[in-house]
Amino acid sequence: MSDDTSDHKSDDAPLKTPIYDLHVELGAKLVPFAGHAMPVQYPAGVMAEHRHCRAAAGLFDVSHMGQVRLSGPDAAAALERLVPADIQGLGHGQMRYTLFTNAEGGVLDDLMVLNRGDDLFLVVNAACKHQDLAHMTANLPGVTVDHQADRGLLALQGPAAAEVLAKHAPDVAAMPFMTGRALMLAGVPCLVTRSGYTGEDGYEIGMPADAAEAIARLLLADPAVAPVGLGARDSLRLEAGLCLYGHELDPTISPVEAGLVWTIAKHRRAAGGFLGAERIQRELAEKPARRRVGVRPEGRALARDGVEIRIDGAVVGQITSGGYGPSVDGPIAMGYIEAAHAKVGTRIDLMVRGQARPAEIVKLPFHPHNYFRG
Amino acid sequence: MADLKFTEEHEWVLIEDDIATCGVSDYAQEQLGDVVFVELPEVGRIVNKDDECAVVESVKAASDVFAPISGEVIEVNDTLEGDPSLVNSDAGGDGWFFKIRLSDPDELDGLMDEAEYIEFCKR
Repeated sequence: MSDDTSDHKSDDAPLKTPIYDLHVELGAKLVPFAGHAMPVQYPAGVMAEHRHCRAAAGLFDVSHMGQVRLSGPDAAAALERLVPADIQGLGHGQMRYTLFTNAEGGVLDDLMVLNRGDDLFLVVNAACKHQDLAHMTANLPGVTVDHQADRGLLALQGPAAAEVLAKHAPDVAAMPFMTGRALMLAGVPCLVTRSGYTGEDGYEIGMPADAAEAIARLLLADPAVAPVGLGARDSLRLEAGLCLYGHELDPTISPVEAGLVWTIAKHRRAAGGFLGAERIQRELAEKPARRRVGVRPEGRALARDGVEIRIDGAVVGQITSGGYGPSVDGPIAMGYIEAAHAKVGTRIDLMVRGQARPAEIVKLPFHPHNYFRG
Repeated sequence: MADLKFTEEHEWVLIEDDIATCGVSDYAQEQLGDVVFVELPEVGRIVNKDDECAVVESVKAASDVFAPISGEVIEVNDTLEGDPSLVNSDAGGDGWFFKIRLSDPDELDGLMDEAEYIEFCKR
């Protein structure tokens, strides 16, 4: 592992990302998040930032997330013991969304894995990164686990993202969704993946920390681009029906319950060989006890994380994320409900401030994905 | 004569005779961010000072609005149901929440005037 001098426990003063000074200059409201001082919003506000990202392009600082390099001759085969995805079959330049499972078939974290040919490049959640690093170091003998704490990560998301980024690196235009490659951007070697967390087309761009501010300024200079904080990042991913670790995913929730069976390689469903395979195989065969669902409350009252779901007065589930969807123009939520009630169209009650409010199970996502498949 | 007062919970109270029109301050709406839902009390409800009286939800969080004074709720601003963003665009005017007929006018002495409130927000 690399020197990890920039990372400390979260009870210390929050760490600054490589573009902290730029956040301050842009007038961001900074909040402590996963041990970092992060912009929750800029002066435009969550609603305007969200809408701008759906209409043009938003720039997000996601440098707090963990960027990890796995190297060694058998890194892909080794990683497959910790995740249920097909990693060995991942082509050069291909990226995959997967999950670190635990022995009980729950989820320790969700992550992206890119095959760079010589190594695997992982992006893991900020709040989980130290646990993930320890998990990999302990369970991947013979694999070098290198936390790249000296790198920045920016996300450029929205329908204008490709046009904006291609002005500086024309090759990005043709990259399909879920691929990655090394590229020069403003004279700096960067790692660009066509991916994101908004449901929109877009990119995540990794670069040496000392180049992050110059690249952020270059992108923000484009009239199509506005900075977007964590507030809108959450409403964008919620509309896109994407899981947030600590809400839709945790050590007790299985990938089957979470509706993430598509992330489990077909041949691995039968073969197993990853942590928690027994439970996951059982749930694949017998159906899980509960399922993640989309919830659309009637009226305008929001149902947030923790709200009880009832049917005929009986508790049948719980909301795990909820808020206002600016592009949907109304309240939206996700949660877990007993499998028998998970069908789209099921009428439910949400217990908001002691009062039952009607809602309905709906299909996810709330806002259609807009990915570039090439 | 109308008299404008403020609470430490960032509500404003405009008193005309024995009727108090109440809302949240411009400072409060700025802190809340984009308001997306307002839950108002029932007309006719008798409230005591500091009772939870309404809820204002922004994209960030739900916040209680307390009764700044005791009395009877005689009117609520129904237009907020359809357009909660009025709280952001005109917190001190069209974004008002409810009107209370005062039962204890002496309570008004405990509220801040505008100059005191501006100082309070700077603290």
